[in-house]
Amino acid sequence: MLSISNLQASIGDKEILRGLNLEVNPGEVHAIMGPNGAGKSTLASVLAGREDYDVTGGSVTFDGKDLLDMAPEERAAEGIFLAFQYPVEIPGVSTTNFLKTAMNEIRKYRGQDPLDAVQFLKLMKEKMKLVNIDQSLLSRSLNEGFSGGEKKRNEIFQMAMLEPKLAILDETDSGLDIDALRIVADGVNQLRSPERATIVVTHYQRLLDYIVPDFVHVLYKGRIVKSGPKELALELEEKGYDWIKAEAI
Amino acid sequence: MTPSYASYNEFKEQLLAAFRDNEERMNGERKSPLHQIRRTALKQFDQLGFPTIRHEEWKYSSVNGLLKQSFDLDETTTLTMEDLAPLEIPNLDGNIIYFVNGRYHAELSRLISPADQVQILSFAEAIKSDPELIDTHFARYANYQENAFTALNTALASDGIVIRVPANTTVEQPIILRFITDTRTKNITSQPRNLVLVGKNAEVMMAESYRTLGEGASFVNVVTEIVLERDARMQYYKVQNETEKAYHIGTTQVNQADNSHFYSATVTLNGNFVRNNLNIVLNGQQAEAFMYGLYMPNGRQHVDNHTLVDHAMPNSYSNELYKGILDDNSTGVFNGKIFVRPDAQKTNAYQSCKNVVLSSGATMNTKPQLEIFADDVKCSHGTTTGQLNDEALFYMRSRGIPKDEARTLLLYAFSQDVLSQIKIQPIREYLEKVVTQKLTK
Ligand SMILES: Nc1ncnc2c1ncn2[C@@H]1O[C@H](COP(=O)(O)OP(=O)(O)OP(=O)(O)O)[C@@H](O)[C@H]1O
Ligand SMILES: [Mg+2]
Repeated sequence: MLSISNLQASIGDKEILRGLNLEVNPGEVHAIMGPNGAGKSTLASVLAGREDYDVTGGSVTFDGKDLLDMAPEERAAEGIFLAFQYPVEIPGVSTTNFLKTAMNEIRKYRGQDPLDAVQFLKLMKEKMKLVNIDQSLLSRSLNEGFSGGEKKRNEIFQMAMLEPKLAILDETDSGLDIDALRIVADGVNQLRSPERATIVVTHYQRLLDYIVPDFVHVLYKGRIVKSGPKELALELEEKGYDWIKAEAI
Repeated sequence: MTPSYASYNEFKEQLLAAFRDNEERMNGERKSPLHQIRRTALKQFDQLGFPTIRHEEWKYSSVNGLLKQSFDLDETTTLTMEDLAPLEIPNLDGNIIYFVNGRYHAELSRLISPADQVQILSFAEAIKSDPELIDTHFARYANYQENAFTALNTALASDGIVIRVPANTTVEQPIILRFITDTRTKNITSQPRNLVLVGKNAEVMMAESYRTLGEGASFVNVVTEIVLERDARMQYYKVQNETEKAYHIGTTQVNQADNSHFYSATVTLNGNFVRNNLNIVLNGQQAEAFMYGLYMPNGRQHVDNHTLVDHAMPNSYSNELYKGILDDNSTGVFNGKIFVRPDAQKTNAYQSCKNVVLSSGATMNTKPQLEIFADDVKCSHGTTTGQLNDEALFYMRSRGIPKDEARTLLLYAFSQDVLSQIKIQPIREYLEKVVTQKLTK
């Protein structure tokens, strides 16, 4: 589904991704861990199409198409979703209005008719229950004045609404209380299916108790330096990154 | 003669001559107190001349472009309802009053409010039928000593509207003044003069809308004087949607008594050169003024909003929010003066001006001016000018919203802080539509 090969990306003079490889197949959950500043969010942003980064080498294909050639909105319409580490505040635009616009733009791209108000509301009700989010939050300006946890939950709500093929969650667990963590994890697990895949960026083994990954990767200095089964996360939790850093040299 | 005014100008000479011609044709009116004021104002205009950019109040707004135009001072034209069809505001209901080239147009106008709710007269009629009223209020509020354009308007004042709302009355239907400049056959200038008197505990909604027909140049120099007696409430909207050859200079002068409330929105959508002066004197305790503004120049357009709030009495409140979206090579000016007099303790005055600049060729000049002579006051002001938020754009795009769409959505939301304040629904809806069109162009 997603095939990243020798990906290199930089910002200004600073090289951040330095030859990164990753294969994600439908149905899989991949966890990406790694020390601060390793390039995890950069990877997520490059996959979503943020234009601040220069891709200086390598390739990324998604369902056989050249992902790097697409505008961010095309990637979304192709089924990529990024839950932001720091969701952005959009003053004056309600989550409801925002999502309705997004969904119908994606539907347009796919040649589907737009959802009417009734259909949209019905879907929203359903997904609101799933992530236990309140109507009043959704009618406020998107993320504006939301608490950290509310922002994260809103990301998962949007993901549930858009039903992406590939969801990339960038530290969605940070700042969440235990209940919210479970809700977020439930939201992700509900979406798990043989056709979909998820990349979970996290610092904590805890989330992986709820969203059990098929693979765990360690990203360090812009490369994936170690991959393993879910047990690798436990080992990292116990031992930290020093041994990996040592191995990586 | 101060160097900050142009000393000689053909247009000025033409206007002075027009005054003398008018005067020749007058009979009794010539001796009226009204006309004496006009004469004083003319002298003042003659002395002041048109301002140059060396004048502090006109530093960023050069009227040279205007002075290069030539205008036909004969404003007569024939206009039918069909001609106005393209300028229609859908579903608009209320007292709709048309001025064509500055002249009240009875056939096009429609007055529906009963006379016990509101008295509406053209200025020309009022001079004849109620000279006392005119003498009591005309030019008592708007300053023609220092402002050349107000002096010019005062000197040439002959038509416009006079509105009087009796005490304890709510005017149920809004009053909409539509100023149409018909430039289809010639360049037109007009000097509309309006007077609005809102009695004790009375309430009214009013809008001024400015449109141009045709390809010629227009110059509208308008003065509106508004008096709110104690406990009066007024919604006042000024909307300009003129052409690329429209010059517009306007002053709205508001005088508020105790516990009166004034809510205004000034929306500038289109015009070559637009200067809006909104001057409010809070001349009573517990008086409150809310001022909202939205301007969206593009091309080489220039929009200048000058506001002045004069807190003259204790316990008054003012709150101001102006927002600008500037594209291409347009320029914008916001100059907001807050004046708190020594007696005006417990004043609350807030001012904010926020701008989005969409192109590197566009410029915004902001200048908040606080002059505070009382010690127990709460005042704040802030101005921001920036580009469209890239983070927000990326966030929206990453959810599937195309770039242009995302941009429009963000800017539309930005404009909503102002448009949502407009309580005459058809006007708000019309503006929302035009703003959207302008953003998607
Ligand atoms: N816009 C930018 N300008 C300059 N440097 C940047 C920029 N964005 C990222 N970087 C740098 O790139 C490196 C990788 O950042 P990134 O956010 O991808 O790390 P991360 O692995 O997500 O870290 P964390 O675990 O702290 O979230 C860091 O050193 C960061 O400072
Ligand atoms: Mg990160």
